[in-house]
Amino acid sequence: MSVLKYLLQKEFRQIFRDPAILRIIFMMPALQLIIIPMAADFEVRNVNLAVADHDHSAYAQQMVQKIKSSGYFKLIHYSSTYQDALKNIESDKADVVLEIPSNFEKNIIREDHTSLFIAVNAVNGMKANLGAAYLQSIIQDYNNQIRLKWIQFPKIPPQTNIEVTVSNWFNPMLNYKYFMVPAVLATLLTMVGSFLTALNIVREKEIGTIEQINVTPIKKYHFILGKLIPFWILGLVVLTIGLIIMRFFYQIHPIGNILVVYFFAAIYLLCVLGLGLLISTYADTQQQAMLISFFLLMIFILLGGLFTPIDSMPSWVQKLTWFNPVSYFIDVVRMVVLKGSGLSDIKNHIFIIVGFAIFLNSWAVWNYKKTN
Amino acid sequence: MNKEKVIVAEGLTKRFGDFVAVDHISFEVSKSEIFGFLGANGAGKTTAMRMLCGLSIPTSGKALVAGYDVFKDTDNIKNSIGYMSQKFSLYEDLTIRENIRFYGGIYGLTKKQIQDKTSYLVDHLHLQNHQNSLVKSLPLGWKQKLAFSVAIVHDPAIVFLDEPTGGVDPVTRREFWELIYDASERGITIFVTTHYMDEAEYCNRVSIMVDGRIEALDTPKALKINYDSASMDEVFLKLARKAVRGE
Repeated sequence: MSVLKYLLQKEFRQIFRDPAILRIIFMMPALQLIIIPMAADFEVRNVNLAVADHDHSAYAQQMVQKIKSSGYFKLIHYSSTYQDALKNIESDKADVVLEIPSNFEKNIIREDHTSLFIAVNAVNGMKANLGAAYLQSIIQDYNNQIRLKWIQFPKIPPQTNIEVTVSNWFNPMLNYKYFMVPAVLATLLTMVGSFLTALNIVREKEIGTIEQINVTPIKKYHFILGKLIPFWILGLVVLTIGLIIMRFFYQIHPIGNILVVYFFAAIYLLCVLGLGLLISTYADTQQQAMLISFFLLMIFILLGGLFTPIDSMPSWVQKLTWFNPVSYFIDVVRMVVLKGSGLSDIKNHIFIIVGFAIFLNSWAVWNYKKTN
Repeated sequence: MNKEKVIVAEGLTKRFGDFVAVDHISFEVSKSEIFGFLGANGAGKTTAMRMLCGLSIPTSGKALVAGYDVFKDTDNIKNSIGYMSQKFSLYEDLTIRENIRFYGGIYGLTKKQIQDKTSYLVDHLHLQNHQNSLVKSLPLGWKQKLAFSVAIVHDPAIVFLDEPTGGVDPVTRREFWELIYDASERGITIFVTTHYMDEAEYCNRVSIMVDGRIEALDTPKALKINYDSASMDEVFLKLARKAVRGE
């Protein structure tokens, strides 16, 4: 065992002497956790609105005022022709054009009926869709408001309204940060666990020290353990930093027991470390290792349910996500933090990740040759 | 010459597909001998050396290194040899002391032995003022001397040196060879490849490889007589010109 002691000592010395690794370990989690969840907020705000008002009535003014005060829209243009307003969409300044017809007020009062026209800039599909939907619901709201004023004490309401009340379980405010932070944490751990390990081993190949190690009596498993243990510990350190940021920066109080997250992370790290080891047995240069890592990370993130829900993917893509360890980790962190799941709730996840860990590590060890 | 044989190779061969990198080489090296292993680039020196170090399993033939079979006993071989490759192989981001400690540690030296070795080497190589500086800050010549000392930190039976003095200035090369003589006097067998023919003169015996085969093997003096040459340079050129294989 003393050989392992010397290997670990050397590894930790090198890690703590390398400013690049230290930056990755301490700065990356902090920056990513603070920036990405802010950027990846799916709520649409700051929709640029252009209004073409042919009516210029008090009602039209009131309605525009209501839209403006909702907080979702920025009125960037107000004119009396549709052409003018549309120019703003063409030059990409506006996302949505609202056209208020002439006789808008008159029609509401006299005929109890009028129509509005919404044109959306679908280049940014998500913003356009959600913007139009928000706009509709605000106008709907406005509609109800003036109805109340107009039809006083009706015997029978002219139109039945079905009102829907939504209650968001586990994330009552539907706060996207609650959803994103645990997922970003999962990808971070994957990066530290697999890609740093791969780069570290390939670096020794590049400088030639691995050749020197290979002529020593060091056993294969000693060398591998000497590489995996430091990064296993670093992974848990990164997790801890991440959880601290989650708790104090985002004020997300995990509902479940945080030890469940640690327990799962400890197993999960074995799995991603195995992946790192595997990459290193195939890559001969750090560039190769970087490219493979980059490729895998893209797949892991896009197929991991970080940005888009897995359930809305086509079924054959959903099957692919079964082979993505990141998706299990994202799932577990969200379950524990938001729902308070315990060990028994995530036991399937544990079994699968243990399976992955055994598979990846055996493949890597099998492919790691000291002699050829 | 009834000395103990530490390396015995018989018909040692390594094939990579159709290519025969090392073609039935046979030779013996005795204890504490300085054995020069010469050959042009691509002649198969490094492959032969890797087989003897247990890094590469031979295709056929027989070889005993420090009494252990290169097919079956590679673990024992690794315990009894030191190795220094063309590539500089100490950790540049560790200090001199840390490198000695690490390599001593993985060769199973005790704490006490490591301490003794460290202070001996630091004194011997005059590195007192640099023992806690990172290896990357040292000049190349010092690094190579340190790498050699670390390669024999566990007092192996044999040390394999693969072009150890490449790119080193003549003065430092001289000092390096003094270290080699020292080690040889302590009973360590030296197996060294080089492209410097003046260094070949320093060896007890020299073998010259051409196209995977050993074309000549003798003392530098005898080789010069046999090939009717004034220097090892001439001997080498006469032999190496016969090579069919390019670089």
